[in-house]
Order: sequence, then C-alpha cells, then structure tokens
Amino acid sequence: MDKFTKLSAIAAPLPMANIDTDMIISQQYLKTIKRTGLGIHAFAAIRYHDDGTEREDFVLNQPAYRKAEILVTGENFGCGSSREHAPWALKDFGIKCIIAPSFADIFYGNCFKNGILPIKLPQATIDLLLDDAGRGANAIITVDLEKQQISGPDGGTVSFEVDPYRRHCLLGGLDDISLTLAKKDIIRTYEAKKRLSQPWLFRDPDNG
Amino acid sequence: MAKTLYDKLWHSHIVEQQDDGNCLIYIDRHIIHEVTSPQAFEGLAVAGRALAHPEAMLAVPDHNVPTSADRATAVNSEDSQIQLDTLEENCAEFGVDYIPMLDPRQGIVHIVGPEQGFTQPGMTIVCGDSHTSTHGAFGALAFGIGTSEVEHVMATQTLILSRQKNMRIDVGGTLGAGVTAKDIALAIIGEIGTAGGTGYVIEFTGSAIRALTMEGRMTLCNMSIEAGARSGLVAPDQVTYDYVMGRPQSPKGAAFEQAVAYWKTLPTDEGAFYDKEIFLKAEDIAPQVTWGTSPENVLPITGVVPNSCGNENIARALDYMGLKPGTRLQDIAIDRVFIGSCTNGRIEDIRAVAEVVNGRKVSDHVAAWVVPGSGLVKLQAEEEGLDLILIEAGFVWREPGCSMCLAMNADKLGPRERCASTSNRNFEGRQGPKGRTHLMSPAMAAAAALTGHLTDVRELDHG
Repeated sequence: MDKFTKLSAIAAPLPMANIDTDMIISQQYLKTIKRTGLGIHAFAAIRYHDDGTEREDFVLNQPAYRKAEILVTGENFGCGSSREHAPWALKDFGIKCIIAPSFADIFYGNCFKNGILPIKLPQATIDLLLDDAGRGANAIITVDLEKQQISGPDGGTVSFEVDPYRRHCLLGGLDDISLTLAKKDIIRTYEAKKRLSQPWLFRDPDNG
Repeated sequence: MAKTLYDKLWHSHIVEQQDDGNCLIYIDRHIIHEVTSPQAFEGLAVAGRALAHPEAMLAVPDHNVPTSADRATAVNSEDSQIQLDTLEENCAEFGVDYIPMLDPRQGIVHIVGPEQGFTQPGMTIVCGDSHTSTHGAFGALAFGIGTSEVEHVMATQTLILSRQKNMRIDVGGTLGAGVTAKDIALAIIGEIGTAGGTGYVIEFTGSAIRALTMEGRMTLCNMSIEAGARSGLVAPDQVTYDYVMGRPQSPKGAAFEQAVAYWKTLPTDEGAFYDKEIFLKAEDIAPQVTWGTSPENVLPITGVVPNSCGNENIARALDYMGLKPGTRLQDIAIDRVFIGSCTNGRIEDIRAVAEVVNGRKVSDHVAAWVVPGSGLVKLQAEEEGLDLILIEAGFVWREPGCSMCLAMNADKLGPRERCASTSNRNFEGRQGPKGRTHLMSPAMAAAAALTGHLTDVRELDHG
C-alpha cells in the first residue's frame, strides 16, 4: 500500500452533503476486474455532459483544481454501496486526502486500505477550509499525518483525530494482511476452542 | 454485566484485543459475488497466499446476470461476461462453493445465504456488499466490507475492527393493514436520517418486530445500511429457529439442538446498556414512499412533495426528480414498476404483490416487472400459482438477480423514467442514468402498477 506521511496540495471545495458511492463511481464502471483506471470515471454524472464533454460547473474540471489532491466536502461522504471502486477512482484521479464533517463507515475504512487519508472535522472548521479551498491554486493545504495537523495557506493549524492502528499502517504503507498472518497461531487457537464449543459452525459431513 | 446481543456477538468473536483498542475479529462465513471479489482473488494470487477457509465461503453471481428467459446467452457486455467468468474460474481454482447462474439455487447473495442455511444466528458474516446487513435478521453480526477487507478475510478469516456503539430501535404495538417491514425501515430512516446509524449497530426490538416473519426481518435489517448502520440485528427466537431448521447447510439432529441451546443465550440481557434508544409506535407508521434522491427523503403516502426552503440538497433532489413542491404524492404518475432486490425479492414479497393485484390489471402506460430474488423463490411462487396471477395482470415475470436495483445488467430505467421500486436506494442514476426512483413496499408498488400513479394501498383495498 502507498504510504501517507505529509501532503501539501491544492484542495478542491465540493460542499455537497450525502455524496454517495454511486455518485463517486456509478454502476456501469464497476464491470472491471482491476483496481486501476477508474479516475476518468470518477463523479461521471456530475462531471460530464451527456455527450462526454466536461461540465464547467464541476469543481474538478476548473483549471485551478484539475490537480487537486485534497477534497473538502460535506457530511456523510461515501454513503451507500460498499464498492471499493469509489476510493480506487478517487485515488486514480489523484485524490489522497478527503476532509469532511462525517463519512459513511464502510467508505471511511476503504480509504485507509488504499493510502487515502479521510479526516473528520467539525462543520465550523470545514467551513473555514472550504473558504481556503475556494482560493483555488493559490491555496495549498498541508496535511501532516505524523503530527495529526492541517495547516492552511495563512499558516493557521487545526488538529485531527485518527485511529492509531490505521495511522500506523498509513504512515508505514503497511500491508495489514501480512501483519494479521503473523498472528496465525492466535487465530488457530481461537478456532480450536470454537470447534469444541460450537462444532456446528464447522462444515463437515455431520454438520451440513 | 448485562450485555446486548451485539456485545455478545462481538465478545464471542474476539481473537485478540490489540493495544490500540481495535480487535482482531473472527469471521465465520464469507459470501462473494462477481463484482467485488476479482481484485481480492488477484491480490491473493499476486502475494502467493491461499484461502484460509474456502469451506466457510459461498459464491453466487448476481449483479451482472441477465434476468431474461434467454439468460444463458444474454449477458449484455463483454465486461460483464469477464466478471462472471472470473468468479467461476477463481472458485474452481481456490475451491470455493459456487452456485452457477443456471442453477435453480442461484439468486441474490443475501437471499441465497439464508435459503441455503449458510446464514445462522450467532455468526459473523461478511460480504463485499453493503446489504450484508440483511443477515442480521438471524441475530448474526453481518456487515458489508470493501474488496481489501474481502482479501483480508480470504487470507486470514479475520478482520481488524473497532467496536461499534449500541443503538436500540423499539417498535411497539401492531402494524396496520397494508403496512410492512419496508415501511418500518423507511419510517426509521425518515426519523434518524441516512447517517443516523453511523458508528452504531442497530438492534430492532418490540412487539411489531417480534411479529415480523424472517422475510420481514431481513427487509428491515437490509435497510439498516441506508440509515448508516453497517449492521442491523433482530434477536433470534422460535421464528428464526423454524426458518433455519432443515436447510441444506443448517446443523442437523443433535447438532441443531446444541446450536439452538446456544442461540437462546444470545438475546440482550435485561438492563443492558444502549448508547442510544429510539421508540416508535407501529400504529403511527403509514405506508411510506420516497420523493427524493436519498432514502431519508421519505414521507407517508398521504403527504405532499416538500418545499426546499432554501436547502440546496432538497432543491437539487426535486430538480432531479422532476417534482414540484406541494404536489400530492398520490398524484405522481409512474412509468415503471420494479418488484425485487435483496430488500424485497422474497416469497412473502411476491405473495403480497399477488394479493394486491388479485384479478386487476396493470395500468396501460406502466411497464411492471417482478424479478424473484432467487431461483428457489421463483419456483416457490410458481408452485403457488403466483406467476400466473401476475402475468395475467400484465406483469413481466423474470429470472432471478439484482436486476434493476442497481442496473448493472441490461435492466435499467431510461432517462427521466419514473419507477415505483421495492429496492433500497433512490440515489441519482441508481436504476439507470437520469432515472427516477420512488422506494416503497411491494404492496405499495403493486398498487402503483395498477393505478399508474403512487397510491395508498390501504385505499385500494377498500375500493
């Protein structure tokens, strides 16, 4: 997995609430067996006209934000479907950090698995960051995961909270499957106990 | 200390408590489908890893499958065919139970799991699909996961999770005629919003919940995710045991008795603590319909389209839906009806539609489809003669799959087509680009099919 340590980048304001994962990547683009190449389809319904040309009113189409790597957005971002194609599409587009008042649980977890840092902040702070982001390419926001701090273009800083295990994995770019496989013996012990106490859970000819 | 059902499920699956507060949680069952599993299998293959427990998995293709009679040759795109083929190849290579498209047991994963007895109380159950919450109806901790987590479960049979908070939603009293589990679910989402359950596991309690069949409980738990909760729960009881007994993968004989004895220990203890409690009265719940592009945009059928009052989200939803504030919901004309999905594609749902239809005809300008949730649901309905009632009324009787719930196969709404749908999401473009979805119960969708507009099924019954 890609590391996330410190990012200084353009932030794009997308102040809509309840942006669902269908809107981030719609169903016709889920027919892939790869994780890559979805960036061009991110936000397709609000990003393109029916004829495939870009909509000028969509923030990521505007010259100042085409290279944005941070998204500042509204509450309940990523609600709906569990499709990891949503963070894959955002990552492929170049988004590495999403700042919102709240996220849907499944999407929030999926971000960390793909080197994207989702940050929850109070709405009042988001409003300030939306102002900062509104200044376009002149507004570079710096996100420091080590220090758990965001600095705006005017030098003001805000702190954010993040789960320590997820932070650890992001900072190191760690593969959490390897970390868990290192605990194989503990898992085996659990299974052995469970096999005695709840034998019907283990599928063999006697148990269906 | 008194524990909730969720507390018990959580504690009984802790493999290890990490220092950072997260837990390594054991996963008993893992369901996969063709859309969210290929990248996980690829990840395993690239890393040279094996499946930890292929026997704890079940694979069913559902999202891409055609629902037309010629389904064997009707897959509508090369990409869809590749996904379907990839699932079959991966299952063969890794040794996973696979139910092929033409098998009578095939259907939507969340309908097939319970039918096969793969879903049982007390388990942890995951799938790369947010509607995995459905299985919580059995008193199992069931939740949707992303593809990276799918790969983690495949390789380790565990997930690293943080504990959720406990929410209880109690629905007391008795539902009125024409009011169903779907209406309870929509009313709850209207009450707490689509983020109301974020960070919580919701346990549904109360006499109106106890009175629900397993089908109804599945509908309710299915929609938990639309309230933001990854998992919904209903404590197991005799209704649950009776449903589970005798299914292909259910425990048999003495093992079943032993399992039931354990399942009886699962319900929430007297005095257990919930972080949040909400109380509703079944008598206050009318048939619900959505008017916007979020499941929380919901009202009783007796209501009117609201005014945006300057709210940009509501204004956007009204514009997308082509609706004017003040319009009576019952005056909204529809073009299509979709009966099906993991929310409402079960036998009870099809019976409810047939009962409403009962000799009447689908409105001339409405194209109405019934897509059974599984091949077994379809067979059962045909044995009961429900297909004939529906076909006679003018419904199209389809083969099983996710179909127009998310429009990944050829089944979709045209731009600006308006649909009365028994599915779970009314997001922009969900049932097809620019399509307009009104969510409701099967009985309400049936009533709309007959009249050609959104209709209060309670009045139809009296008329």
